[in-house]
Amino acid sequence: MLFTSYGFIGSVLILFLLYYVIPKRLRPALLLVFSLIIYGMADARYLIYIGITVVTVWYAALIIDKNNKAVKDYIKKHKAEMSATERKAYKKLKGRKSLLFFLAGLVLNLGILAVVKYSGFVLSGIGHMLSSGTDGVLNIPDMLIPLGISFYTFQSVGYLTDVYRENIDAEKSLPRYALFITFFPQLVQGPISRYEDLAPTLLAPHSADFSVIFRGLQRILWGYFKKLVIADRLLMGVTTLIGDTSLYRGGYVPVMMLLYTLELYADFTGGIDITIGIAETLGISIKENFIRPYLSTSLADYWRRWHISMCSWFRDYVFYPVSTSNASIRLSKWARKHISDSAGGKLPVYLSSFIVWFCTGIWHGASVNFIVWGLLNFLVLTISEELSPLYERFHKRFSFAGSFPYRVFMILRTFLLVCVLNLFDCFADVRDTLGLIVSAFNFGSYSSMEKGALLNIGLSVSDYVIAAVALTAVLIVSIIEERYDTSIRDIIRKRPYAVRFILWTCLFLATLIFGVYGIGYDSSQFIYNRF
Amino acid sequence: MRKKLETRQLITALLSAVAVIALIYLAQRLLIPKYVDDIVEGGMVSEYYDEKDKSFDVIFIGDCEVYENFSPVTLWENYGINSYIRGSAEQYIFQSYYMLEDTLRYSRPKVVVFNIQSLQFDESRSEAYNRMTIDGMKWSGAKLGCIKASMTDEEHLIEYIFPILRFHSRWNELTSADVEYMFRHKKVTHNGYYMRVDALPAGDMPPVKPLGDYSFGDRAWEYLDKIRTCCEDNNIELLLIKAPSLYPYWYPQWDEQVKEYADMYGLKYINFLDEKDAIGIDYNTDTYDGGLHMNLSGAVKCADYIGPILRNEYEVPDRRDDEALASIWADKIRVYNEDIDYQKEQYGIE
Repeated sequence: MLFTSYGFIGSVLILFLLYYVIPKRLRPALLLVFSLIIYGMADARYLIYIGITVVTVWYAALIIDKNNKAVKDYIKKHKAEMSATERKAYKKLKGRKSLLFFLAGLVLNLGILAVVKYSGFVLSGIGHMLSSGTDGVLNIPDMLIPLGISFYTFQSVGYLTDVYRENIDAEKSLPRYALFITFFPQLVQGPISRYEDLAPTLLAPHSADFSVIFRGLQRILWGYFKKLVIADRLLMGVTTLIGDTSLYRGGYVPVMMLLYTLELYADFTGGIDITIGIAETLGISIKENFIRPYLSTSLADYWRRWHISMCSWFRDYVFYPVSTSNASIRLSKWARKHISDSAGGKLPVYLSSFIVWFCTGIWHGASVNFIVWGLLNFLVLTISEELSPLYERFHKRFSFAGSFPYRVFMILRTFLLVCVLNLFDCFADVRDTLGLIVSAFNFGSYSSMEKGALLNIGLSVSDYVIAAVALTAVLIVSIIEERYDTSIRDIIRKRPYAVRFILWTCLFLATLIFGVYGIGYDSSQFIYNRF
Repeated sequence: MRKKLETRQLITALLSAVAVIALIYLAQRLLIPKYVDDIVEGGMVSEYYDEKDKSFDVIFIGDCEVYENFSPVTLWENYGINSYIRGSAEQYIFQSYYMLEDTLRYSRPKVVVFNIQSLQFDESRSEAYNRMTIDGMKWSGAKLGCIKASMTDEEHLIEYIFPILRFHSRWNELTSADVEYMFRHKKVTHNGYYMRVDALPAGDMPPVKPLGDYSFGDRAWEYLDKIRTCCEDNNIELLLIKAPSLYPYWYPQWDEQVKEYADMYGLKYINFLDEKDAIGIDYNTDTYDGGLHMNLSGAVKCADYIGPILRNEYEVPDRRDDEALASIWADKIRVYNEDIDYQKEQYGIE
């Protein structure tokens, strides 16, 4: 069910009322039932997939935890009688059971993800190779792809890994664990929560705190403003531009990149605002997924601020294990011996980064363009890393490097880079994307654009004005938050009541009136739902 | 001290809520269509509720084929029949049923005249037409039923309850009329009759397309049954008519089905198309849009044709002796004549 549908809003209102009426101990159960109903309404078959993931990971984690604790207890009990080598050997021997269940959980659940999401892509690739460019060699089945499968699988794998690494205790109760995975606001577009972050407030009984509830409502309102007033408005133009690349080339390409990048931001951050806001109204804390990403001064900075839960997931569960693996250590030794000390330090890091960005790309979608997008990010980040000594020298030599205008320049430069990279999201055929980017440098085509051409792409003058005003509001809020390193809600809270009332009422009315929803508009699916 | 603070907070919260609701209400009043400038059909349904005395003896129910083809003023002036037309643009048969239910909340007429043109539609074809019929209805079970029966796939009940959700995007098409008529309505009919005095002779009609299946849909029959039983249950006579509109084409096969139905239940059915000579309709002078709808001259003739039938066959009383009613009608006739003069001036008619 879409966040923007009346059905969803009505259902959440009913949930909210019930939630604070029933006894505290029953609230997690209510949330679980509600989450499953909401998810099942999209397609009841999804419940089978998520059910398998929930049960298998919960059970595997339970066994791992039990085994790990038994090993630990035994060693603690017999510490005096065992030497360090014996303890290590015992741990390794008995740890095999944990490893077995850990691997089984990983293989099964990542396998499900791989089969439902990527089998079509892989088989079509094989078919393409076997038939030397013609289709029809392999019969590719149409797979049902459960909504948000990438999100809940990653959350499950993260949990299983944390239990295996003994970072957290396994959840004993299946319903409580099921709620952690299926909690409805975050199920289909994240963030990918960690158990230790989400569980304390998700599973703990809490009383109704009106100040927290109002904070949540304010966050929800801000999310709907971004989604309905900005994202869905810009979408009308983006759809037109992307829909016909034979027509919309040259001068249209910068507009396409800009509109898509702004739409993506408003859509995804708006969705996460709604997610976090709904959780807040229920007394539940979800970690932030964005920290003003378009104010980043470099691509590396951008990836510390954009989709934080995904990036940290890849860092903790892919980058670190790969870069500290035996193979990486051997590679490092080889590089030190045959190339240089510096290469020995960098090569495993770059290899791990390469794998991370390949996986990040393919996580976003089972097609070549997403892999290219991921690897381009890797390329830019690696080059930046290699050139960092040069930057440092430049910054030291020129005093303006630390100035405000230079910071603005870096922000704009990063934003432009993100705009270009984002274009690879839009088209499955990478050649199309490259062709479009090349066409943007054909400045002669700009003059051939008809007068008022940008008013023929599904956006009227008033749409541009509203989008510009709304985006300016978002930019101002971002700058204030960046400047004071705090939430705008906390800043507003300190103002007199009349000011707060006027601000929130204006935001509500602006969303109500200028939002793109209802008949005549097709309030769109959130972009990240499809991942 | 603490209690005083809590009371103050509560009052502030309540006042804030009231202020927000008031603002939403004002925005809604501003944004909903007023139907006064161009598409006046959307303003017809609500006018019924402004009537001081709703004890009408005859209620016409149907689409444009009733609200443009019969003059209640003529029925009053010539036959003393106190009538009202509860019609709206492309009013579907299920909407007509709920319009009847809605009417019965206020009075019980002796006769309901139902135009059967809408039998051809089993489902709503347009959200805009739904809105023009339903938005003007006062909230009741009838309105709720009408909404449920009418909604297209893209519509939501919540948008009928809070019309701002539907019309919020009208902010960029607001006119001075939206401000002027925020809290009042401009009368566009005369007892539900939409008057036009100009004339446009009937010309060539689009060629008649043969249909694969001439049967009316099950749902259309179901609602005709509902109208009939509702009338029976309330001791109301039901008169079925087909108004003398030349287009959309009324197929003989359709006519046969209605005749059979009327015979089966002992109802009278008048096809005005068959009676055009008896009525005296001249499609060169009695229509304002080339034969689709009657102008004033045609509507007067149709009223003069149906008036004696209502009086003689249905024993609808002559209420001209009722002083209170006569006084109401005197005001209506004055406005009616003013409108005739105004339109004649507008259209340059002598």
